[in-house]
Amino acid sequence: MSAVEVLGVDKIFNAGKTGQVDALVGIDLTVEPGEFVSLIGPSGCGKSTLLRLIANLTEPSSGGITVNGKSAKQSRLDQDYGMAFQQAGLFEWRTVARNVELPLELKGWDRSKRRARAREMLELVKLPDFADHMPWQLSGGMQQRIAIARALAAHPPLLLMDEPFGALDEMTREHMQAELLRICAETSTTVIFVTHSIPEAVYLSTRVVVMSPRPGRITDIIDVPLGGARDDDTRETGGFFEKITEVREALRGAEFGTGARGIEDR
Amino acid sequence: MTARLQPMLRTLWPPLVFGALMLGVWQFVVRWFDLQPYFLVAPSDIWREFTSNWSNIWEAMVVSGTNAAYGMVFGTVLGVLMSFLLSRFTTLDHLVTPMSIAINAIPAFVLVSVFNNMWGSTSAVPKRLMVTLVVFFVVLVNVAKGLRQVAPVHAELMRSYAASGWQVLRKVRVPNAVPYLFTALRVAAPLSVIYAYVSEYFGGAQNGLGNRITSNIANSKNAVGWAYVAGACLLGLGFYIIANVLERVVTPGGAANRTREAA
Repeated sequence: MSAVEVLGVDKIFNAGKTGQVDALVGIDLTVEPGEFVSLIGPSGCGKSTLLRLIANLTEPSSGGITVNGKSAKQSRLDQDYGMAFQQAGLFEWRTVARNVELPLELKGWDRSKRRARAREMLELVKLPDFADHMPWQLSGGMQQRIAIARALAAHPPLLLMDEPFGALDEMTREHMQAELLRICAETSTTVIFVTHSIPEAVYLSTRVVVMSPRPGRITDIIDVPLGGARDDDTRETGGFFEKITEVREALRGAEFGTGARGIEDR
Repeated sequence: MTARLQPMLRTLWPPLVFGALMLGVWQFVVRWFDLQPYFLVAPSDIWREFTSNWSNIWEAMVVSGTNAAYGMVFGTVLGVLMSFLLSRFTTLDHLVTPMSIAINAIPAFVLVSVFNNMWGSTSAVPKRLMVTLVVFFVVLVNVAKGLRQVAPVHAELMRSYAASGWQVLRKVRVPNAVPYLFTALRVAAPLSVIYAYVSEYFGGAQNGLGNRITSNIANSKNAVGWAYVAGACLLGLGFYIIANVLERVVTPGGAANRTREAA
């Protein structure tokens, strides 16, 4: 059973009106369990929209989406996925631990079980001493790690991330990427990851999905066979740079070349 | 405790010194130009009347303060209840919000005369109702905003957790509205006292601060009138401090310290 299956999905905003936007057209994508798939492309290519469709935060105009063999809606109702955004989005009136507990609270877990799991998750993101801190006492990178702990608290098989490191500085960002890979390996979580950054996509992913705007569509899917155990040295290897070049050229092709309607006039 | 007291003192002494300086200038101007009491009273005279009339001033403070306190409590309770109803039923919101803006545009003290006719001017009800009305609108507008303005990222998260409307209300909307409530209380506290005085100008029992100020000045007892003004300042300050202390107790860390997450 695939982790995620997207079949012939279109998403049209303002259909039939003057402001019609073809956000996504003819999207097919299958993600297998344990994969780390990045969605990359320029603004307006619909990568965030695709992620939100998989999360059932919005409905497709046509086509079908299954998550863990269920409809996207059923998966959301069953909390089959965790989600993280560019903003950590911590609830500022809750302590760090109680933020991590929130999805469990909503699932109806009892208090002692929630406490234990929150402690376990804070260990996982290496912030066990911050359980009783308030969110505003933490740095941006730490807040984002708490957001990841919260997204994974219920041990969902799937993690959906929308530019989670977009607001972090470069050093913190690389550190967070390594941490994310470690956490996902430890928890064997499948990840779909939206990003603007080519090195980030290549470093993290087993596959990079290249997208293009007007209309939003998938133009290329690039395998990244750099192996499971990646560390800072991976960023210096020839294979890493080759893949960066490959993704960059795919993005350029998507922007300028292929097909009559891909041509930019500015 | 000393660690927390010290920064407090550091922020307190400049305005205190400034205030004392202004009083000094005031005293100096009155004495130097030999200003007559019917024109401007010296602070030393006000202080003399304040201490010798203290028990009368205190009684008047209790009367006006009680009226203001009733208005604060009822206005807050009604405002919070109404804001919950408005955030729950949008059609009600569309009906009530324009009307409440319209009512709010009526100069509030006009209504005191109307209330006095309804309940009789010896009753405390018109004054308390007046304050209730003012507090109600301040609380309603702010708390309704807090209940409505949920950060988009929080709304999406709660949807991804398949949270029910009731869960969103309890876990997100209500805690989100708490700082808004305290902002409203900090604004409403001095207002409640001011409206309690103002409502006394429109008749009724002659035992509140507002009455005492006007009657003493009308009788050329200006220094005594000013002493009552000092009492009115104290009462307003007291209400403001209570609102602030309440905020610090209820929201640990204090809303003032809390910086919202960077957008």
